[in-house]
Amino acid sequence: MNESLVTARGLTKRFDDLTAVDGVDFDIQRGEVFGFLGPNGAGKSSIMRMIGATSPITAGTLTVFGLDPYADGREIRSRLGVVPQENMLDEELRVRDNLYIYGRYFSLPRKVINERIEDLLAFAHLEDKRTAKVEHLSGGMKRRLTIARALINEPELILLDEPTTGLDPQARHILWDRLYRLKQQGSTLIITTHYMDEAEQLCDRLVVMDQGRIVAEGSPRSLIEEHSHREVLELRFPVGTQESALLKLDGLAPRQETLADRVLLYVDDADRALAEVSARGLQAESAVVRRSTLEDVFLRLTGRSLVE
Amino acid sequence: MTTLPLRIFEGQALNYTQVWRASVFSNFLNPVLYLTAMGIGLGSLVDRNPSAEFGGLDYLVWLAPGLLAATGMQSGAGEGSFPIMAGLKWIKTFPAIMNTPVSVTDLLVGLLSWIGVRLIMICTIFAGVLVIFDAADIGRALLAIFPAVLTGLAFAAPMAAFTSWIEDDTGLTMVFRFGIVPLFLFSGTFFPIEQLPDLLEGLAYATPLFHGVELTRAAALGIESALPVWQHVTYLVVLFAIGARLAQRNLTKKLRP
Ligand SMILES: Nc1ncnc2c1ncn2[C@@H]1O[C@H](COP(=O)(O)OP(=O)(O)OP(=O)(O)O)[C@@H](O)[C@H]1O
Ligand SMILES: [Mg+2]
Repeated sequence: MNESLVTARGLTKRFDDLTAVDGVDFDIQRGEVFGFLGPNGAGKSSIMRMIGATSPITAGTLTVFGLDPYADGREIRSRLGVVPQENMLDEELRVRDNLYIYGRYFSLPRKVINERIEDLLAFAHLEDKRTAKVEHLSGGMKRRLTIARALINEPELILLDEPTTGLDPQARHILWDRLYRLKQQGSTLIITTHYMDEAEQLCDRLVVMDQGRIVAEGSPRSLIEEHSHREVLELRFPVGTQESALLKLDGLAPRQETLADRVLLYVDDADRALAEVSARGLQAESAVVRRSTLEDVFLRLTGRSLVE
Repeated sequence: MTTLPLRIFEGQALNYTQVWRASVFSNFLNPVLYLTAMGIGLGSLVDRNPSAEFGGLDYLVWLAPGLLAATGMQSGAGEGSFPIMAGLKWIKTFPAIMNTPVSVTDLLVGLLSWIGVRLIMICTIFAGVLVIFDAADIGRALLAIFPAVLTGLAFAAPMAAFTSWIEDDTGLTMVFRFGIVPLFLFSGTFFPIEQLPDLLEGLAYATPLFHGVELTRAAALGIESALPVWQHVTYLVVLFAIGARLAQRNLTKKLRP
């Protein structure tokens, strides 16, 4: 344990005059699931591509397996599994041929690939689809195939760029289950996401990014403890009455966020806060008591909610 | 040395197995249609007034090697464009491959060797049709495959460079409409370029297809080419080399952002 697989110091990526990644520092240890969480354009994919040795860094330092991605890109890539944001499967080929040819790009012998294909099809729950053309798969199946493809070389480190974006809730849960199995097997995973619940489910440690910078770092629990309160009371008022309601809420919660359609009260005991709201004579259209999530942390840190 | 270009070659071949029947059929049908329409149909009229311009040969026999070289060009330009655009943009196999140990250079070498093999297939089928039409004997028909393939490669590499430089396929349509088609018509395929006004004749000398046509015709008919063989060959090889170098640069920009 405590062997650093990826180390970044002042890591920076610029495209012409746009700074996509703006001097970030992080260390990723063997065996952990590390998350990059942030909204569109935060620079998550840019970081993934630099770690994946497919995009040169602009400034700072980056080592992967202790190697330099620029000089030793080929070796690094041979030890990585990459699930890109876009699947980039060969839609014209069959499911098994996609796995086969990808294995060949790692110079694996046919026999080894054919053995692994069976295991991977089972893992991705695609045994029935082995001879189907990829273009006929559902979105969730394609995503599972992309993950299976990334495992063909038995990678030490797996990069997953938004593994569940665009999938329906059921497909997401199937994928989470698969990723959880990888974690149980001791794989090191790096995941980007804009879903707070995904980060909470999967990540041991994560950084919250905004506009190319890291704005917070820690375990999901510690981030919530540090940057939010334990519970949240979400109040929705009838149209046009939120303004006046806000006046009466004054001083009720240690922290309060006003969104377009609802008010969030951050408190340690949401039930007590709700009783207090009633005591002040306020009639909310709906009131939801819930635990604080990373979404709330993000809102706190950036003043904006994450786009879903 | 790495064997990774071979793996790219294998991937291209795997994709080709999906379409090979239709592909081989059209590679056969194409020369049959052209030689029937232009060689036999038009040729029977041309041959009523035998002309020294055709070296005393039947028009069909004179035309056929020119068409072979032009087919090399069209196939090379075709293979160097749309499949590259598909790999970069439409299907995105190339960006996916970039996540494996394969480098941009491995990718390019593998792609160009695959295109070379495709050209050999296409030109060999064409050479077979030449023999069927009695336009060349087997030995000369086989010999003519080499310059036709070289012509194809001399177009494929610059097309690959162009394709990996542009953002979408509108540029490709333009190149075919305003580049490949005029070359096809005016590079000595259908008539000797001496028939052109002097200015255009000079221009024709500068076009790569002209050099390919001269070489292929010389090989198929056993006649002299316009310039010494090594000059025609050098022109085409240099074009290929420049194209390959630029393709490598442009692909790197696209695939290693
Ligand atoms: N190849 C490129 N050329 C120019 N700009 C780019 C390129 N790739 C990314 N960018 C820019 O860099 C910034 C960060 O992009 P990046 O894809 O890393 O964000 P992200 O956090 O992955 O966003 P998303 O959640 O939308 O995937 C964006 O402003 C994007 O437009
Ligand atoms: Mg992204």
